[in-house]
Amino acid sequence: MLDLRGRHLVSPSDLTLPEIDSIITLAQDMQRQRGAYSDICRGKILATLFYEPSTRTKLSFESAMLRMGGSILGFSDANASAVAKGESIADTVRVMDAYADILVIRHPKEGAPKLAAGYSRVPIINGGDGGHQHPTQTLTDLLTIHACKGKVEGLSVAFCGDLKYGRTVHSLIETLARYPGSKFYLISPEELVLPPRLKEQLLRTSNCEVFECRHMEEALPYVDILYMTRIQKERFFNEADYLRLKNSYILDGAKLSQAKRELIVMHPLPRVNEIAYEVDNDPRAVYFAQAECGVYVRMSLMAHLLGVTCS
Amino acid sequence: MIKVAGIKRGTVIDHVTAGKGLWIFNKLNLASLGHPVVLLMNVPSERLGRKDIIKIEDYTQVDTAMLGLIDATITVNIIENEQVVAKTQVTLPQVVSGLFACGNPRCVSNSDQYVMPIFELYEAESRAYVCEYCEEITKVAWK
Repeated sequence: MLDLRGRHLVSPSDLTLPEIDSIITLAQDMQRQRGAYSDICRGKILATLFYEPSTRTKLSFESAMLRMGGSILGFSDANASAVAKGESIADTVRVMDAYADILVIRHPKEGAPKLAAGYSRVPIINGGDGGHQHPTQTLTDLLTIHACKGKVEGLSVAFCGDLKYGRTVHSLIETLARYPGSKFYLISPEELVLPPRLKEQLLRTSNCEVFECRHMEEALPYVDILYMTRIQKERFFNEADYLRLKNSYILDGAKLSQAKRELIVMHPLPRVNEIAYEVDNDPRAVYFAQAECGVYVRMSLMAHLLGVTCS
Repeated sequence: MIKVAGIKRGTVIDHVTAGKGLWIFNKLNLASLGHPVVLLMNVPSERLGRKDIIKIEDYTQVDTAMLGLIDATITVNIIENEQVVAKTQVTLPQVVSGLFACGNPRCVSNSDQYVMPIFELYEAESRAYVCEYCEEITKVAWK
């Protein structure tokens, strides 16, 4: 287990590949023998500062801390906290870091966790900032990919849906591009393509291949992983644009029949209608197992950042 | 031609593209500096044809990062005892703090007033800077 004590996790690039491996390896062990870790965070407190709604991220962080014997506090509605009185992120963090040993922050403003990290004396974890980054979802995704494929390198991955505002996509694609042999298929309407800077970064700094397409069927026969995303109503300034694009991609049984037998279908959840319910019964659909991975990977991450381990 | 005496100590902002002198004067807030300042406009120049010059007496702390963003032709001369002791050709700064706002309306630096926007040069040719907070690109239009 590598020493990450006291570090922040704002972006996946804050972690080296060996550090990511260390988190994944410990998460795998926690998944195998959860009981062995049930007391390692006794006396530790996690504060969840959620300025934006969340189910999986918030509850999986809380579950992770509780499963390690620690305690939790926090808020899930900015209107029910001092934020409603106009308190800044900086002031909230400077107060909360005295109340807790580790903070996870979700915020609609992009860069808010980076700002918070500059004011905190305890580790800050980015639980998702606007359409920017979601590094713990990436760790969750990597644990899932390891479990299903036994490796992360050399995979062909299709990202489908909202690639412009999809923070889970940004974090995962940036991270997978650091592993050799990655091939990406970017499936989105023209209005929701991957931000040009990110695409340029992929092409400039890594050896991955990138293909863009408008239809799912163009990529489906060739990929090992299909990463579906929701068209996010909350990221649009204009509702008419959302309504026009929300049904752009729907994965159903007929489309899935064109894919490889070894394909896995991932989704950070929640889904709206982009995956038909009939797909849930296909063994290639792994998104609920993926959500479960989120607990173990967050246990491992917090254990690393707090510097606690199994005795 | 108008003759303006040299300064004993201070800063000469030379080779300003003709017409930008007044804008720089205002951008650097030189009127409220409290030091004698001279703005010369449309001065003949071998290099530029015409140029503007700003002379500031007893003051050497000009913001060269801002000058680099505004006009890459500028030379900044620091004067001591009527001699040029340092000559700097301004360039686009590698890192910029607080001189312009992030172009991303969802960036935290645009919503929390105490946050100093910080950028790193991404591509000089297009004058593109990447935001330290949201990592979006902002192209600086000052030129």
